[in-house]
Amino acid sequence: MFGCGVYGFITRRNMIAILISLELMLNAVDINFAVFNRFLFPGQMEGMFFSLFAIGLAAAETALAIAIVINVYRAVRNVDIRQLTKMKF
Amino acid sequence: MDYSQFLYMPQELGLLVVFLLVFLFDTFGPKRSQSSLPVLTAVLFGIFTVCNGFMLMRGTAFSGMFENTAATYVMKVILNIGVLIVLIQSIKWANSEDMAIRRGEFYELLLLTVFGMYLMISARHFLLFVIGLETASLPLAALVAFHKKRYESHEAAAKYMFTAIFSSAVFLMGLSFVYGLFGSLYFSDIAYQVMNNTSAVLVVALAFVIAGIGFKLSLVPFHLWTADVYQGAPTPVTSYLSVISKGAAAFAFMVVLVQVFGAAYSKIWEWMLYAIIVLTITLGNLFAIRQRNIKRFLAFSSISQAGYIMLGVIGGNEMGLASLMFYVLVYIFSNLAAFGVAFAIEQQSGKVSIDDYNGLYKTNPWLSFTMMLAMFSLAGIPPFAGFFSKFFIFAGALECGETSIYILVLIALINTIISLYYYLLVVKAMFISPDECGIERFRSSCGERVALIVCTFGIILTGIVSCIYTFLVEAAQDGTTMFGLLN
Repeated sequence: MFGCGVYGFITRRNMIAILISLELMLNAVDINFAVFNRFLFPGQMEGMFFSLFAIGLAAAETALAIAIVINVYRAVRNVDIRQLTKMKF
Repeated sequence: MDYSQFLYMPQELGLLVVFLLVFLFDTFGPKRSQSSLPVLTAVLFGIFTVCNGFMLMRGTAFSGMFENTAATYVMKVILNIGVLIVLIQSIKWANSEDMAIRRGEFYELLLLTVFGMYLMISARHFLLFVIGLETASLPLAALVAFHKKRYESHEAAAKYMFTAIFSSAVFLMGLSFVYGLFGSLYFSDIAYQVMNNTSAVLVVALAFVIAGIGFKLSLVPFHLWTADVYQGAPTPVTSYLSVISKGAAAFAFMVVLVQVFGAAYSKIWEWMLYAIIVLTITLGNLFAIRQRNIKRFLAFSSISQAGYIMLGVIGGNEMGLASLMFYVLVYIFSNLAAFGVAFAIEQQSGKVSIDDYNGLYKTNPWLSFTMMLAMFSLAGIPPFAGFFSKFFIFAGALECGETSIYILVLIALINTIISLYYYLLVVKAMFISPDECGIERFRSSCGERVALIVCTFGIILTGIVSCIYTFLVEAAQDGTTMFGLLN
């Protein structure tokens, strides 16, 4: 799932799709924490709590990213990442 | 729950008070007096910075999740000084016409990121560390997008946001492997278990963690966002990004690598960091040579400076820590001076290209003098502070006495000579090149002048007043057990 996310992040051209790929990566992390907790260290809850916090952080990140994508859309009427090439090297 | 443990975090509480006062004034203060908000924030933060000098509380809180030592305390004071300079610098900008309705947000978000950095520096548990890291980087994305009418600002914000989320996802992935290996996220628990662990998963986890923080520090090969974001963001935000958030990330990076993964030093992360440092310093320098825009130029110069800061980490001793803090302090002064001059000129004439600086000395001698000091300090020319900070950081790296480190320092030295070339290009443009269109003579605003004067004194004095460095060394040695596990 993490690999899928990275692949999507690199190949997608639509900013919303990139955002979805990023969400995939973050969700992979959550599942990883929960699974490690459940099967390797069943006596404690640290991993579960970490996933909860990570979900919250992911939500905040997405909200901000969507706001920025909307701003970009207003500026160029497009969400194609290839348009964002005004500044280079 | 024992509420008295909050007393172990006096700096965070102080900052929270400043934040709340600014927030309340912004929300409920009389409409007429809103334009005094920038000055008010700067004054409040100044008082807080001064008070901070007397608020050292050593100890741990929240069952070891949070720790204050002399080193973290000194680091926070250093960051405070930098933030104060940025606040003073931006007074006039914040009072300009199109900023009127969002003046409050700028200051609130800025103070929030400082709070995140404090948490990041003091955290002794990865959960708190991650929260600090995100609090420090997410509001910055909003700040980068602050020029609502400029297209570059949005583009820069999009680039910053995507790389920031990507890097934090990578970092969290690394953490999840660490958790899977050790079953705990406390720094101290992990540190003792790293010693007798040689699994390949640890290598993967560490690579992810280094990549995640490397993005924040803009180390090569994770640096591609830096130049675009620096160019597109409003200049006060750029200077904040390049100095404060980088300094905090550098310190946190050192804590994570040395204190948590110290036992895996020679096995795993020494060579990773070695490669990163060589690449960062060299590529940063080479790309800086071909930049014509002053902000992009400073971006690449700050990439290579980050490489020098990492030299303090790879040495892995008290002297490395002390020289890292000293380097960050000097870097704050010199880079903020450079950005201050660039900002004053941009405000006045809208010019951002190095070629526009031709003949600046004729029209604005004081600005070009300050810029020259900043450039000399960044390049590391002897009487200025930059020389001493480079000297100490090389000495700290050499102290561990391995041949490979000697070669590394040699590479860094050669790069210092290369960097001299492009820093002097700016000085040449200002003092020697003939004046074609030129920048008009102008008086910069009061806030900018105060900030530049502070920076100039910082550049000249921090190097010469040697008690500062001695003090930092004492702070680094005080109660630090973090280097004990290194092997």
